[in-house]
Amino acid sequence: MTINTEMPVHVAAITKVADSVKRFRLERVDGGVMPVFSGGAHVVVAMQDGKLLRHNPYSLMSRPGDTSAFEISVLRVESSRGGSHFLHDKISVGDTLTVSQPINLFPFDHRGRKHLFFAGGIGITPFIAMMAQMAQEGRNFELHYAMRTRSHGAYWQELAERYGPSRVKIYCDVENLFIPVDEILARQPLGTHMYVCGPAGMIDAVLGKGKALGWPRQNLHFERFLAPPTGKPFEAVLQRSGKTITVGEHQSMLEAIEAAGVDAPYLCRGGACGQCETNIVSCTGELLHNDIYLEPADKASGKKIMICVSRLKGETITLDI
Amino acid sequence: MLVQGIKSRPVYTGFAIDENAQRHLFALEGEGARALLDQVKKVGKEFLAVSEILHVGEAHGKELAALGADILWSAPTTPVLLNRLRQNLINARMGTRLYLSGTEGFIGQAMKVALEQGIDFGSIVTEHRGSEARRVQCVHCKGITDNVTTQPFTCSHCGLTLLVRDHYSRRLAAFQGVCIDAEEPGSAPPPEVRFP
Amino acid sequence: MNTVFNTESFRDDFTFRNSPVAVRRFPFPFHEDKYMYAVNMEPHVPAGPEGHAYRAPIDVDEHYVSEMKDREMVLREDPLRAQALPHMMAAQWDTLELLMEKQAEGFPELFSLTKNGDQWHWINRPLGIDQKFIFGDTSTLPYEPMDYIMRQTQGDICIVDQRDSQLWMDAGVVTTQADWSLDFDLGMNFMEWHGPVPLAHQIGVFERALKFLLNLQQGKPVRRLNWTMTINSRLDTSPENYPKWGPDRASVAPENVGNKVHLRCELQSLWRLPRSNAILFVIRCYLIKMEELVAIPKWARRFHRVLRDLPPELIDYKGLTRYRPTVVEWLSKYDDGKATSPGIFPD
Repeated sequence: MTINTEMPVHVAAITKVADSVKRFRLERVDGGVMPVFSGGAHVVVAMQDGKLLRHNPYSLMSRPGDTSAFEISVLRVESSRGGSHFLHDKISVGDTLTVSQPINLFPFDHRGRKHLFFAGGIGITPFIAMMAQMAQEGRNFELHYAMRTRSHGAYWQELAERYGPSRVKIYCDVENLFIPVDEILARQPLGTHMYVCGPAGMIDAVLGKGKALGWPRQNLHFERFLAPPTGKPFEAVLQRSGKTITVGEHQSMLEAIEAAGVDAPYLCRGGACGQCETNIVSCTGELLHNDIYLEPADKASGKKIMICVSRLKGETITLDI
Repeated sequence: MLVQGIKSRPVYTGFAIDENAQRHLFALEGEGARALLDQVKKVGKEFLAVSEILHVGEAHGKELAALGADILWSAPTTPVLLNRLRQNLINARMGTRLYLSGTEGFIGQAMKVALEQGIDFGSIVTEHRGSEARRVQCVHCKGITDNVTTQPFTCSHCGLTLLVRDHYSRRLAAFQGVCIDAEEPGSAPPPEVRFP
Repeated sequence: MNTVFNTESFRDDFTFRNSPVAVRRFPFPFHEDKYMYAVNMEPHVPAGPEGHAYRAPIDVDEHYVSEMKDREMVLREDPLRAQALPHMMAAQWDTLELLMEKQAEGFPELFSLTKNGDQWHWINRPLGIDQKFIFGDTSTLPYEPMDYIMRQTQGDICIVDQRDSQLWMDAGVVTTQADWSLDFDLGMNFMEWHGPVPLAHQIGVFERALKFLLNLQQGKPVRRLNWTMTINSRLDTSPENYPKWGPDRASVAPENVGNKVHLRCELQSLWRLPRSNAILFVIRCYLIKMEELVAIPKWARRFHRVLRDLPPELIDYKGLTRYRPTVVEWLSKYDDGKATSPGIFPD
């Protein structure tokens, strides 16, 4: 027996907060309270786009103790497969969506003597909730937030006003202001934890500098949501369910499996958490592992795959599902 | 009762200088000085310019002094060393790497100081040198006995005969000692030297 | 449910008893006629016959009031049984909320919780407590939040922090334990605190369990059963007090098995906590005397077979060596060799 904890919600408000960024306020359809969550948590939003059921993860950016609603901020991504377009272009106030329980794959370390945040663009969202929680718990934190232009950056004014200039620092590409990562990392007290969320290049650069400056692995934290990459269609045989399906060009295996009415476990849908690890019975073609969860040896074995982001370049894959 | 092969038993992986560290902080007890001396032989003296060495014990003082590290300080006793270590860690910046070497009891106590400053134990570099003697907590009276060499041994506080298990608490910096003859008092075997 | 609370003791004169109702609701830990470690976790949803220990999210039974008195005695003698590392305060409040909400949900006639913003009002009728406090403000409670609610909750708890793909036991209240020390194990990770358990590491049980728990979700608690045996109805079989209760193991004789020997079952429920992202392990101990257990023929047959065929490593680990043959012999009178039905519930 499984417990279904998904919650139908209606869109109570939509607010444009920056160029291409909208905030959605989601309240429960049954009028009940939302669960409390921890800073850094996300929810998976399920949306019925015509015949297609989409599932996208979004960081919660409302106050973690606020049980009246969840709020998420969504960047309209031009290259996306459609989730952000759907929310931006087709969803209006009053429409219904479904959200999962909060899941935190980007928690802060409660032991930290200080917490240092590096945000790039829409990567600010998990930090908004983390800072609200930390401010309430009286923790020591500092945000360094980079954006292309001030009109592209969401929430920077509110955050600067709420937490003051010593805790919130803004950097703009067009103003030739860049985060002096080396300088910042060099002056932190022992016991500081560092968190980065933003474009892949920024995450790699900040983590790389941390490592180069002798920060231990245990003090470096990041959140990297991978959108499922597109690719040529292929066939997947679901051995236990006795079904054969086609995984489309703009679809992940997980989405295709769900569309066929088969339940598969998942949490992050971004190749990070390990929940959707699936055994491969056989395959013809090359496995394209796109996750950051499996060990290299597991990837090389050809026996395991993360169905949320990885694909087959070839004809047929048979899964133990 | 499982005595050996317990997963909480610490593993000391040995010194390896972290090339990325901006500063190296060494706390060395007795033969632990040799762990650093051997590293210098292996990788050269360059890192010593940004190294601070805290040392306790009679031997190896001259050899350490000859290294010419940025700071070398010899403590009269272990508790005095631990006090200075605590203050060093409070003042330190990220990028400082901590290295501990000596007996298990010393490594454990220095690590306890570091944990209390919010440092993750996984980031601390350790090497066991010197005697195998153990620091043991009597689980009954909570008294800690240093330099236990026999199995079983008599608790120096409550007098019970204790079996020393491999079960180890980082927070207490001690192995666990459990009464060996509680079910049949007086049935304890004679002590044998097991941790020389 | 109309609970009448027993007046009974878990030390000295050991007047603990189970009523016939309590016997039938006992969470019997064996689903088949043999036992070996397994990742035996299942969703913690109501199950079993009416009134069974599995019906409520946090169970409360006829032993509640007397168990709370026993806990108070243990904590007076040894405050180190309730400890939290400094970074666990958010998790302490999470725990207080969960245990208040779930006890009130399962037993509304015994407990009630009213929230008005952060102004909370808790009523515990069995213990005669009426407490108004501010959620998040420790100065409005007589104890720290975890300590406060654990003086009003049956069973032990451990609160584990999740970091670096590991679980760390960084807080807990432990007074009804099967021979392990919170004071010693505090701060250890999942593999370390299970270090003393034999066999299970080798067959990969803890690795699989850890992987499962790291992804435990809010709103989807799980449960598992664990067991051992205890001589006399002593809740506090701590290593600290082993010299006091160890000699009891040598006191088992054929004529006293029925009353003296107890099967001790732990119903463990595991909950993801919302504010701290920690996991709460609730470890609820149930005792049943051999003479009570054999009132359920299925359990008598099955426990006889389990105990008779137990691997030697488990006999040693659970401390059964001295008295197991006597108990197996005693139980054999109640085993007619008939087949037993699947599952843990009475027929």
